[in-house]
Amino acid sequence: MTHTTVAPDDKRDVRRADKAAASDRSKSENRLGMKLVAPAIFLMLLVTAFPMLRALYLSVFNYSLTAPDDREFVGFANYWTALTDSLFWETTLNTVFIMVVTVAIELVIGFAFAMVMHRVIFARGVIRTSILIPYGIITVVSGFAWQFAFSNNNGFVNAWLPFVEDGFNWFGQYGSAMAAIMVSEIWKTTPFMSLLLLAGLAQVSEDMLEAAKVDGATWWQRLWKVILPNMRSAIMVAVLFRALDAYRIFDNIYVMTAGAQGTESISFLTYRQVIEQFQLGIGSALSVLLFLSVLLIAFLIVKIFRVDLAAARQEG
Amino acid sequence: MSTTNKIGVVIGAALILLWCLLPVAWIISLSFKSQEAITNGSPGFLPSEGGGAGWQNYRDVLADDQFLRSILNSIGISLIATLLSVIIATLAAYAIARLEFTGKKFVLTLALVIAMFPVVSLVGPLFDMWRTFGIYDTWPGLIIPYMSFTLPLAIWTLSAFFREIPWEMEQAAQVDGATSWQAFRKVIVPLAAPGVFTAAILTFFFAWNDFVFGISLTSTERARPIPAALSFFVGSDPFNRPASLLAAGAVVSTIPIIVIVLLFQRKIVAGLTSGAVKG
Repeated sequence: MTHTTVAPDDKRDVRRADKAAASDRSKSENRLGMKLVAPAIFLMLLVTAFPMLRALYLSVFNYSLTAPDDREFVGFANYWTALTDSLFWETTLNTVFIMVVTVAIELVIGFAFAMVMHRVIFARGVIRTSILIPYGIITVVSGFAWQFAFSNNNGFVNAWLPFVEDGFNWFGQYGSAMAAIMVSEIWKTTPFMSLLLLAGLAQVSEDMLEAAKVDGATWWQRLWKVILPNMRSAIMVAVLFRALDAYRIFDNIYVMTAGAQGTESISFLTYRQVIEQFQLGIGSALSVLLFLSVLLIAFLIVKIFRVDLAAARQEG
Repeated sequence: MSTTNKIGVVIGAALILLWCLLPVAWIISLSFKSQEAITNGSPGFLPSEGGGAGWQNYRDVLADDQFLRSILNSIGISLIATLLSVIIATLAAYAIARLEFTGKKFVLTLALVIAMFPVVSLVGPLFDMWRTFGIYDTWPGLIIPYMSFTLPLAIWTLSAFFREIPWEMEQAAQVDGATSWQAFRKVIVPLAAPGVFTAAILTFFFAWNDFVFGISLTSTERARPIPAALSFFVGSDPFNRPASLLAAGAVVSTIPIIVIVLLFQRKIVAGLTSGAVKG
């Protein structure tokens, strides 16, 4: 009798001890985890959240660095000025235009590059090394290289393109200046896109492709019915990253046209207000609007294309 | 693979090489055009007959104190930012890959948001703040934002690498009486070194490439990095940009990138792809 009553008690005790040890351990794990990420969180917030709050605060003042003592509270007047100014909408439209065109072209070319890199058996190292050069090169250098390439004085593009006159000034009007900017942007970032897509392509099972082939699917059908659906999350993550990157376009425009011929982007406009004209009030309002528009675009892309954010965040 | 497929792949590979290398060849070729030829106009890919400059542009660029100073700034700032960023990211990525703790999701989401942050919207407030703190136009004034903006990339890359590490070894160390911290330092760090190295390369690229902070948070050669210096490089005649000199400067600024790419191609590709797609 005594035996049977003692035994369950023993078991319960053991279990309780286990639980206590486990929760002690998980508590210390929790503490260690938070300690280890604390410096990273602090740094990331120091340079983003804090200045952003400051921008929010400054954006309701009429505040110019050239006359700092005349700072006065103006409520939402800066936002009103920005949102009713056609320049704001022109630059935003311009930026969206650049984003849509460059990402679409990059996606197509990047995918073609990824297919080639996936299939190629020779010179793999050479190709991967070369593809990293545009990725690693400074954007400003890419901007200069293409600006001079398109130059009618010293470039080669006019001579090489059969349908363009030798003296054609690419930077003389809106359309061709935008094309030159986009070429530089696309040249530099397509390799990045193709590497992301290559990683997605590597995850498509060869067996499945073989099975589709045996079942008589054409190349085109295999591409649309097997390959693309299976690398959907890789494509979406690549598009999300590149679209938001393209929306922030600044370096190429600064170097190639400095915003001439209406090629200004929203980032460039904000920069000009703050750094060149010292208008911190309206500049801050533009900063807040820029931030909000990036959030909006990210939200739209995630919702419309149903991007798997867990995949983007890499949660296994 | 069928013959048509093979031919397609060969043509595709040739196109990739052309795409990547043509503009690089162009900027190198441009850097050998003489400055007189540029001023008079010298269209065409290669320097014209008698319009070549030999190494003159490189000699001129390397004799320019401001340019040399900007190289020094870029190397110093990028290396320090890389070192600090990778140390901090290593700690965070270890926690993310290995530990269960509150706020894990928050860190990952924060990193994602910051990777997409419109950098320009920060220059106004940072310009103001850095002047108040007295770090405007100094190395720390650039190192701090570079660290913050490279952390997301470094954290992703590293946590992807850390997931691949055989963690039984850590447990074995803990069974043998090591604390969590000792297991981390003595067992995991050596195993994780390759991943850390890759994260460092990607971080360095970012810092080396940055332009927005470089032009907004500096005003003199005291801290101005190469991309900003190149963009301000107008030469003696501001109405006629010295294209070939600039090209020589651009080539010089690209050499470190090419050396790194040549040496560590495999590691960079692995890091880039693991950073964004689960592999």
